[in-house]
Amino acid sequence: MAVGASAQAASPPAGGTSWRARTREGRFALALLAPSIIVVFGIVIYPILKTLYTSLYSVNTPFPGHFPWVGLRNYTFALSQSDFWSAVLRTAYFTVVSTGLELVFGMAIALLLIAPLRARWLFRTIIVLPWALPTIVNGAMWRYFFNAQYGIVNAALTQLGIQSSYHAWLSSPYGALNIVILADVWKNTSLVAFFLLAGLTTIPAELYEAARVDGYGRWGSFVHITLPLLRPVIVVVLVLRTIEAFKVFDIIYVMTGGGPANGTQSIAFYTYQRAFSDEFFGYGSALAYLIVLFILGFAVLYIRLLRSDTYSMA
Amino acid sequence: MGSEDQSHTHDRSYTRRRFFSAGLTGSAALYLAACGGSSSSSSSSSSSAAAGGSVTLNNLFQQQAGYSASDLAGMTAAFEKANPNIKVNNTLVAYEALHDKIVSAAPAGTYDVVLGDVIWPAEFGSKGIVKDITSLVNTLPTRQIFPGALVMANYQNKYYGMPWILDTKYMFANGSMLKKAGVSPSSLRTWDGVVAALKQIKAKGLVKYPWLGSWAQAEAVICDYAQLLGAFGGKFLDASGKPAFQTGGGLQALQFMKMLLDEGLADPASTSSLEADVLKAFQQGRIAMNLNWTFQLAGALDPSQSRVSKDDVMILHTPAGAVGRVAPGCNGGQPVMITSGSKHPNEAWTYIKFITSQTTQNGYVKDSLPIWSASYSDPTVVHDAGAQLVDVAKTQLPNMILRPQVTNYNAASQALQVQIQDALLGKKSPQAALNTAASAFTSGAPPA
Repeated sequence: MAVGASAQAASPPAGGTSWRARTREGRFALALLAPSIIVVFGIVIYPILKTLYTSLYSVNTPFPGHFPWVGLRNYTFALSQSDFWSAVLRTAYFTVVSTGLELVFGMAIALLLIAPLRARWLFRTIIVLPWALPTIVNGAMWRYFFNAQYGIVNAALTQLGIQSSYHAWLSSPYGALNIVILADVWKNTSLVAFFLLAGLTTIPAELYEAARVDGYGRWGSFVHITLPLLRPVIVVVLVLRTIEAFKVFDIIYVMTGGGPANGTQSIAFYTYQRAFSDEFFGYGSALAYLIVLFILGFAVLYIRLLRSDTYSMA
Repeated sequence: MGSEDQSHTHDRSYTRRRFFSAGLTGSAALYLAACGGSSSSSSSSSSSAAAGGSVTLNNLFQQQAGYSASDLAGMTAAFEKANPNIKVNNTLVAYEALHDKIVSAAPAGTYDVVLGDVIWPAEFGSKGIVKDITSLVNTLPTRQIFPGALVMANYQNKYYGMPWILDTKYMFANGSMLKKAGVSPSSLRTWDGVVAALKQIKAKGLVKYPWLGSWAQAEAVICDYAQLLGAFGGKFLDASGKPAFQTGGGLQALQFMKMLLDEGLADPASTSSLEADVLKAFQQGRIAMNLNWTFQLAGALDPSQSRVSKDDVMILHTPAGAVGRVAPGCNGGQPVMITSGSKHPNEAWTYIKFITSQTTQNGYVKDSLPIWSASYSDPTVVHDAGAQLVDVAKTQLPNMILRPQVTNYNAASQALQVQIQDALLGKKSPQAALNTAASAFTSGAPPA
């Protein structure tokens, strides 16, 4: 009886009580979520809105105050600047070449890492090291390697007799940009490789056996089985790396400072200089939004590719 | 089962109550902590150190040319010993990050004292990032300070900082190479003499490129260019404040830099080198001559870093554009400034007065010479800095060229850096490049 009474008391009857309980649960859930809502609003939504607001004014000081309203003129000014478009094209080159190379090398490494090698765990650990290195350290390291006066690349190539004298690797705009790409590829290929490795592990071995029975060699299996089944993973990797590459900043800041002759100035670096060095905060905010639009364009493109890919796979 | 449910419900409601009370307690704790911080902050206002309370100064300096990190630590330790109620936290960053860190930290009032640069008083002063400390500076015997040092902190007759690092670019030469090539050091008084010497050194096969400039896309290239512009009698701005570097000495300076590259006298790596790279090349004996700040002398004389014998390290007056002319050095002075957001301006000034005093500066002369003219006849200073440096500094420091004192200096300088590099890399003629840079001085700003 006692048990039955307590059970009755514990189980809420249908109707009003459950509504009250639901409200209480809702309040409790809200209280639990409040810290994350505040944090998300504080560090994500507020800065996004504040940047948009700033981009509509002529703000030339870091202090708060009243500033002249310029509407969309910061945006139209940016779009009329040849420096802006040069930086966009340079960033596009960086993005396409670095992402492409990372995909090719990443695929090669992933295929090696899936092979039944002895001490495979060791190879996998070694491969992940470049990605674990902070970008600032990576940039400083490559700047040191390619220093014309005391870099180890010149020393090695000269001592091996490959070149007769030291070469100024970072002193031409195009050369410097390609060296920065090399540094970026070295760091990020391992990430791509691990994404692809994860995709490779999901491909059933029976498919390769069937292909072998059908007379396909290694290349044939790669083209007809591996690549088609990896396509969703490749698209995801492309989306991630393209977005990251388009925002490239820190490696350029450390290795070249945007030079020589603006040859390595990416759009993110251009934005940083206009905003923080020149103190054109309104203009810098407009540039930041233009970068977002470019990245959004890439993202939409890739998501469409991913969708069509998913449907075709289905 | 029912009892279990009840106990579960009870537990949950207890947990919920506990959650709210914990949240309330936490919020209260945070609020109190904030109040505590605020009250501590307000209580530790400028008079708190004098009243016996402890004040902490947060300062921003650079870890590059000028005083070394250990010099600064030594000065600060001595200050804290003399002022036990004031504690000092110094943050050191690379010069390239200094400006942007000062700007981005300004609204929060993170720092009390910041190391500035001779090119920033116009910008920082006009935007209220640092305090006008004219009345404080004028309490000091400013007549005993080199005039070239005083201007580093001055904009429109106001002091936005106190001069501290007094520096200019000197000419450095490898005496051994000069001797082997049969070059007399006295021939290096003019740039014509320097070019002749570089050609002789190259012809003897002593090094492939006898000159290395710090001509990377950074403020470094502007400093080298300013030195040459001054030597050839040019000006950055005319009397009305309009760009004048695209003509006369300014144009000649860029043509000269381009000629050094074209003739194979300057290393092509110059366009990606900063002053630290130039120092390393000199230390390795890979170049015969270069321009650099005072810190190169200490680095080149340090046997643990340098392969060049001490006796072969020569520091010379910057060469003149022609015989009979006096060549000014680029003013590389760096003042210490009090931020407008500092809550302890009095203590900040006490610290600044201490580290810029003649006594303190006389104790650290290897990397930067004092701003006080009397120091140069002090036997201890002459001994510690070296007679070679003091002799050349005595004639070069009173005669320095300033980079343009304009409020949009950073944007203007970046435009000039890029155009100079365009000319050096052969993408434009020096004239076309400087014309473009000149137009960027007066235009190119976003809508206002």
